[in-house]
Amino acid sequence: MKRSIERHLNILDFALSSLKRRRAKNFSLLAIYLLVIFLPASLLFFVSALKREAAIILSDAPDLVVQRLIAGRQDLVPKIYAEVIAGISGVSEVRPRLWGYYFDSWNGANYTIMTSDDRSLKQGKASVGSGVARSRKMKVGSMFPLRAEAKAPLILEVESIFSSRSDLMASDMIVITPEDFQQLFNFPAGQVTDLAVTAGNARELPTIAAKIVSLYPDSRPILKSEMQRTYQAIFDWRSGMVMLILAATMLSFIIFAWDKATGLSAEERREIGILKSIGWETSDVLLLKFWEGAVISLTAFLVGVILAYFHVFFFSAPLFAQALKGWSVLYPRFQLVPVLDAYQLVVLFLFTVVPYTTAIIVPCWRAATTDPDTAMRS
Amino acid sequence: MRRSLQFLLFIALNLIIVLLLPLHARNEQHAAARHDERLRSLHVTDLCLVTEARYSRHPAMADRHAAFQEHPLALEYFPSGSLITPPALLNTP
Repeated sequence: MKRSIERHLNILDFALSSLKRRRAKNFSLLAIYLLVIFLPASLLFFVSALKREAAIILSDAPDLVVQRLIAGRQDLVPKIYAEVIAGISGVSEVRPRLWGYYFDSWNGANYTIMTSDDRSLKQGKASVGSGVARSRKMKVGSMFPLRAEAKAPLILEVESIFSSRSDLMASDMIVITPEDFQQLFNFPAGQVTDLAVTAGNARELPTIAAKIVSLYPDSRPILKSEMQRTYQAIFDWRSGMVMLILAATMLSFIIFAWDKATGLSAEERREIGILKSIGWETSDVLLLKFWEGAVISLTAFLVGVILAYFHVFFFSAPLFAQALKGWSVLYPRFQLVPVLDAYQLVVLFLFTVVPYTTAIIVPCWRAATTDPDTAMRS
Repeated sequence: MRRSLQFLLFIALNLIIVLLLPLHARNEQHAAARHDERLRSLHVTDLCLVTEARYSRHPAMADRHAAFQEHPLALEYFPSGSLITPPALLNTP
């Protein structure tokens, strides 16, 4: 047992010296490998954390949202719809919602304006997201004007600022009273943006949605499960950004592994020939090459995963922020709560470390089984 | 210390850090406070991820012609449109 450990340590010593001899080549190899691990691992962490956040936020979403479509476009819903829908059996509550968007020409940002039923929010006051407060340099008590449809601007006082922990929910949000909302947009009386429907039993939702459509053919019910599916699709590994980055990374890795697998350099062949001629067994040579591969793979995998974790959860994923930001003026500061999926890490390990190690061993095995003289001359 | 032992020590250290990551994640999840009660009462339907267009700010509430919002042949031009796929409900017949 002790002899076997000693043999491994000796071969590992030799492998490390051999790697150090070709320092420049192996460092560049390690850097590429590190990137191959770091990018997908960052993406996995980022997407898993966003999925968790979406699940938490959508757990409070309405069971069913009813919109009205005119000529295929969303339109305002008459309040009378709410009274009729409330009469459908199985519906426990219908809440008319007033919300919309406001383009701030001062800084080019888009805000989401929502109204709250909370009676503690007084007219002329607003609760704002931390992104809005940041971009307009506002504090609690600051006054700010919004350009109203009527000539006089609507002056609001910041009553509270939502914590940056809620940025993924409310970074761009301004919450005001329904009266201020109506004044701001000159919103027609008796109409609302959409209806939030709550059902006593979630299983009845598809039936309720069908009844709403038969009552109002111009309505468009959106089930909570559809909202959740939307976010599942956005963060699905097969689509969008995830696929783009994974495909680019995997393609570069395949080229890289293919280059390794298709043959050894003349120098490596000569090295194997010399080792065999001084008495190394084929198994020793294979063990040496295995350790050389393992040193690079293990270092790249472990360091890559740790760097990815820090990149996403400590530094708020600056690499992906640039891609997602697009033309957005307001961009939430991602302080994502860490989520680690062991299954995904195992898959990443199997898809990167195992093919690389195999790609190294096979050509070495071919060289190691040939005659030392031939190996040195080739 | 011989080079092989130094390397094994380095790998062991990294392995310990990787094994500690799930513990850190669990701790953070417990420490993360629930969202503000005022915000929860708003029953929001979307994440504030991209604010450049209304259909990327509220993909779950987007209308059926979001990508062609200007006119029927207007192609998607917001950068986020190429990163965020259309809502699943638009793909179901």
